[in-house]
Amino acid sequence: MFGRKVLLGGMTATALVAASTALAVDPPKLGQPAPEMLIRLFDISIPPDGTGLPPGQATAKQGEAVFIARCAACHGEKGEGATNDRLASGVGTLQDEIQTFKTVGSYWPYATTLFDYVRRAMPYNAPLSLTDEEVYAATAYVLFLNRIIGETDVINAQSLPAVKMPNRDAFINAYAPR
Amino acid sequence: MAKTPNEAQPFADAEPVAANGLLHRRLFLSGGAFFAGASALSGVLGARPASAQMATVPDWRKEPGKSFTPYGVPSRFEEPVQRLVTVRAPSYPSPGAGSSRTPLHLLEGIITPSGLHFERSHSGVPDIDPDRHRLLIHGLVRQPLVFDLESLMRYPRVSAIHFIECAGNSGGGWAAQPPVGFVATMHGLLSCSEWTGVPLHYLLEEAGIDPKAKWILAEGIDAAAMSRSVPLDKCLGDAMVALFQNGERIRPEQGYPMRLLLPGWEGNMNVKWLHRIKVTEGPTHTKDETSKYTELMPDGKSMQFTFPMEVKSVITRPSEGINMQGPGFYEISGFAWSGNGKIKRVDVSADGGASWAEAALQEPIASRALTRFRLPWQWDGREVILQSRATDETGAVQPTRAELIGSKGIKNAYHYNGITTWEVRASGLVKNVWA
Ligand code: HEC
Repeated sequence: MFGRKVLLGGMTATALVAASTALAVDPPKLGQPAPEMLIRLFDISIPPDGTGLPPGQATAKQGEAVFIARCAACHGEKGEGATNDRLASGVGTLQDEIQTFKTVGSYWPYATTLFDYVRRAMPYNAPLSLTDEEVYAATAYVLFLNRIIGETDVINAQSLPAVKMPNRDAFINAYAPR
Repeated sequence: MAKTPNEAQPFADAEPVAANGLLHRRLFLSGGAFFAGASALSGVLGARPASAQMATVPDWRKEPGKSFTPYGVPSRFEEPVQRLVTVRAPSYPSPGAGSSRTPLHLLEGIITPSGLHFERSHSGVPDIDPDRHRLLIHGLVRQPLVFDLESLMRYPRVSAIHFIECAGNSGGGWAAQPPVGFVATMHGLLSCSEWTGVPLHYLLEEAGIDPKAKWILAEGIDAAAMSRSVPLDKCLGDAMVALFQNGERIRPEQGYPMRLLLPGWEGNMNVKWLHRIKVTEGPTHTKDETSKYTELMPDGKSMQFTFPMEVKSVITRPSEGINMQGPGFYEISGFAWSGNGKIKRVDVSADGGASWAEAALQEPIASRALTRFRLPWQWDGREVILQSRATDETGAVQPTRAELIGSKGIKNAYHYNGITTWEVRASGLVKNVWA
């Protein structure tokens, strides 16, 4: 038998928050300890400090071939956009009266997001098909197309979080916890 | 004190409460007047003369109907009631990155039929085998845990009616010219369901939250592995791992077998096909909370993590394409909603905002759910400008488009909640216009 308070708590989500501290019985604990292997397989998110970036490195020079072969069809050879997003240029257009281009170079606050996103979702037609080296290479090439790094700068777990993106300081955290 | 309705023009002698024939919301409640009005309405609107055909007994009266079916579908005559889907060339390389829209103008009440809930995906809809699906909780926790569906099904559940609105809904409002098309063309990334699931805080507390933790990262197992950062206080509040939608298991397009539900917050954060929650110190700054779903302001700065969807309303009847059928009685009706609580009132204007009549709010009026409003209207057949303006329980009032653009500029792209204006022409055509 469930305690009455558990069932009462089930009436509405807000009621539940209040009720949760006063549960007559605890909810069951049915989670299984997560194997380390499972966590390693799925933990792919990279925050701005670069925690979790894998070994490997590449330059934009090495990235050009990856980009042409795996990305250009949808984003254009120079990242100018095709069927999908423009990835380069647009710096200085955020307040332009006529046209604004929000791109990796003109808009994104962190370079780590580029590695994270390309590794998790790109190329659209074959996610998870690039090696970590190839993801570093494509990342470096997109940063180079945006004139944020040089063609032979090495991008790896140490250098990527240190890349200062042009629009970094323009983001304001609007969330005020209640 | 019910008035005797004039047969052809119910409420023709009712005193308007605002310009151009807006009547008192309580007229609906005054005895038999409404029902008399409603039947007279078909006389006005239907305008189909009683024909010889109507005087014959229809075939379906003369033979038994079809027998039982395991899963019912709408009448074949309702075929036009469909989501609005963008037609792409077959060669288009990324057909699963985009959206389809709920046909708001064809629906009643507040619940969106599950098959008409708007879709937004970043790499299509995965075909997930629930037996192989797992929810992993790790990061700043005492014990990383993994849950299968069978065990999640054994937790106490909660049910609640909530809207989900894409943060980009009504984005056409930022454009110089008003979008042309049904109300769904501009506002159809909005739906409302009864969601049932497990309160997220049960699972997080079971894993044991590290005192340093302030955020989580929620991730789907679709091909885009769509991911968003969510403040921990929301996760410990009304957030749930939703398993059911309108009484049945969540539809594939809505995240089968499970999605995160964050009542009132940007649709994108209600991560579908939820498979991983990482408890973190700060936000991860994923693509969909930096490049997208951030609000670019006129000063060149961007507001990030603007989570709740602001107070808003739209008239769906009449609306563009749902045109007038000649002068006479109409019910003005639409949706109001707020990501910050309940709707407190909705006002309707038929003179471009100079005078307002308070609309009737249809029960139930639930927090962070669509609310249906209605107002009787005697249209004299002349051109009018129709608007609705919602106020929520926090006192927030839906802004005009000019007010919104005055504060947020035109490059924002998200969170548009300005007042919608329908120009009702003498011809009966209804057009979306900027007031
Ligand atoms: C088959 C087409 C296709 C290919 C090939 C492709 N992409 Fe994409 N890309 C997309 C689509 C579609 C999106 C938007 C996805 C969404 O809606 O979230 C996208 C988005 C992006 C974005 C985010 C853009 C922004 O400003 O938000 C980046 C960065 C990106 N792709 C990089 C790459 C890289 C690097 C490659 C090659 C490794 C690649 N893409 C290959 C289709 C493609």
